[in-house]
Amino acid sequence: MATKSLARQRAMGQTFIYGVLALLALYYLTPLWVMITTSLKPLDEIYGGSFIGLPQTVTFEAWSKAWSGACIGTECTGLKPYFINSILMVVPAVLLSTGLGALNGYVLTKWRFRGANLVFGMMLFGCFLPYQAVILPMAQVLGKLGLSGTIPGLILVHTLYGICFTSLFFRNYFITIPDELTKAAQIDGAGFFRIFFSIMLPAALPIIVVSCIWQFTQVWNDFLFGVSFTSGSDSPITVALNNIVNVTTGRKQYNVDMASAMIAAIPTLLVYVTAGRYFVRGLTAGAVKG
Amino acid sequence: MSDISKPASAGVAPRRPSASLSVRLAHWLPRIVLAPSFMAVLIGVYVFIGWTLWISMSSSSMLPRYDFVGLEQYVRLWNTPRWHTAVINLFLFTALFLAITIALGLLMAILLDQNIRAEGVLRTIYLYPMALSFIVTGTAWKWMLNPDLGIEKLVQSWGWESFAFDWITRPDFAIYCIVIAAVWQSTGFAMAIFLAGLRGIDGSIIKAAQIEGATLPRIYASIIVPMLRPAFLSVIVLLSYISIKSFDLVLALTNTGPGGSTEMPSTFMFAYTFQRNQMGVGAASAIMMLMTVAAIIVPYLYSELREDSHGH
Repeated sequence: MATKSLARQRAMGQTFIYGVLALLALYYLTPLWVMITTSLKPLDEIYGGSFIGLPQTVTFEAWSKAWSGACIGTECTGLKPYFINSILMVVPAVLLSTGLGALNGYVLTKWRFRGANLVFGMMLFGCFLPYQAVILPMAQVLGKLGLSGTIPGLILVHTLYGICFTSLFFRNYFITIPDELTKAAQIDGAGFFRIFFSIMLPAALPIIVVSCIWQFTQVWNDFLFGVSFTSGSDSPITVALNNIVNVTTGRKQYNVDMASAMIAAIPTLLVYVTAGRYFVRGLTAGAVKG
Repeated sequence: MSDISKPASAGVAPRRPSASLSVRLAHWLPRIVLAPSFMAVLIGVYVFIGWTLWISMSSSSMLPRYDFVGLEQYVRLWNTPRWHTAVINLFLFTALFLAITIALGLLMAILLDQNIRAEGVLRTIYLYPMALSFIVTGTAWKWMLNPDLGIEKLVQSWGWESFAFDWITRPDFAIYCIVIAAVWQSTGFAMAIFLAGLRGIDGSIIKAAQIEGATLPRIYASIIVPMLRPAFLSVIVLLSYISIKSFDLVLALTNTGPGGSTEMPSTFMFAYTFQRNQMGVGAASAIMMLMTVAAIIVPYLYSELREDSHGH
């Protein structure tokens, strides 16, 4: 009898656990569900009181309006040009910061010199910098360089502050590669770059993915730099999205708002769904030592 | 620090004249490669912080002016009621955001650690908000919290006519809306760190305690959770950092309204610097933010780095 009640207790425990987990999953999925369904409803249906249900009439009107017709400020171009801006900004920023981070991590682990730890510590603090403390001087410098309000300016800013994260990723990864490997290659006559390209980089594939995904998400989702350093048609997509959503005149087009939010979210969501494992690794890198 | 075992090229080798140049180059090459990044960080982080500090002690208003007025701007900052609102909001927000996120994240991690089927799918669902921009999160929640068409309307249409959930329109409650959205976005992150911590704990501890007759909740409360201390430290530090710099979420969700009731230090800084032409006050508020972050982060990094060099 004792074992029987124990088994029942276990089964109840299991049910409880799955019940709580399912409820939580529902809580996390609801906003996404609401965003998607709202974006597919005609405006009248939304004002008619349909909030959570499936659309009665599915229309992609809001999506096409968000993409190419919605007004941002005085320009009614939709999100398309801003989406392109974001891509033009993200790709170089990701490649540059990842490349430099890989080199930095390599130097900081395999070519240690006096003060290397200090350099690393200084970079590490850059990961936790509240950017408010640097945007004023950065705005001045970008102005002096003639990069004010331009995509190259944003690439520069994102690369600079991205280096802190990417160097941390690569440093913590390369430290696990035994020094004997590089020492042996050195004895065989391989130089600094030879070792980097033919030993370190091939071994670093997973962390390259982590770094690219992390930087992609960070740069794509950035708002502070975008809103501080650009205006009008040079803005990245997050700034444009915020402008669409914060329009206060006229009848609020919630379906267009939701479609716009989805358009801004899709790239990072896609990356997350296809490579979530690597995304989580980047996320926890600040906490769990490599 | 490892300054004991220097590579052979240091100091002794370059005496041979024939190989001198290339050896020296090889010796300096790593530092040359690192130099641009180091300079960028040195300027972009440290020189710029100094620059902001300088502006905060000048009379700058619309444009930077490089004179010295001491702590005048800080006095003005702390005499600004809006800044008081921002600081109070930050503490209220941080306390609630941390407490709820940690409790929920820990619960999720513990439940997921019970040999759950479909763990991967659930983890993916719990974590996807972290991949979203705060602007997207803010937009979605703004719509759901809207009393005319959102959750309030929905519950009322289910028959609960008197149901009220209009926090976003009420100055004394709007800040809790930001907490709700921020918790939604960040709990998965706390869960991921706790889960990593739980996976690092030897499972035989639980088995041994079970044989002793302890119940599972007891085992977690008195043995496992205390073992997660490092994970707690990381979560607290990283979430505090997220909360201090939260800016996008506030702008997208409430735009600091209604009536400035959801002002935060980050939005205050932005408004005073770029919109109200009070650059000196803006810079002073930025320095206050930096000092708060540094007070939390520097000891944390210091302890992490120390453990790191002991470990290896």
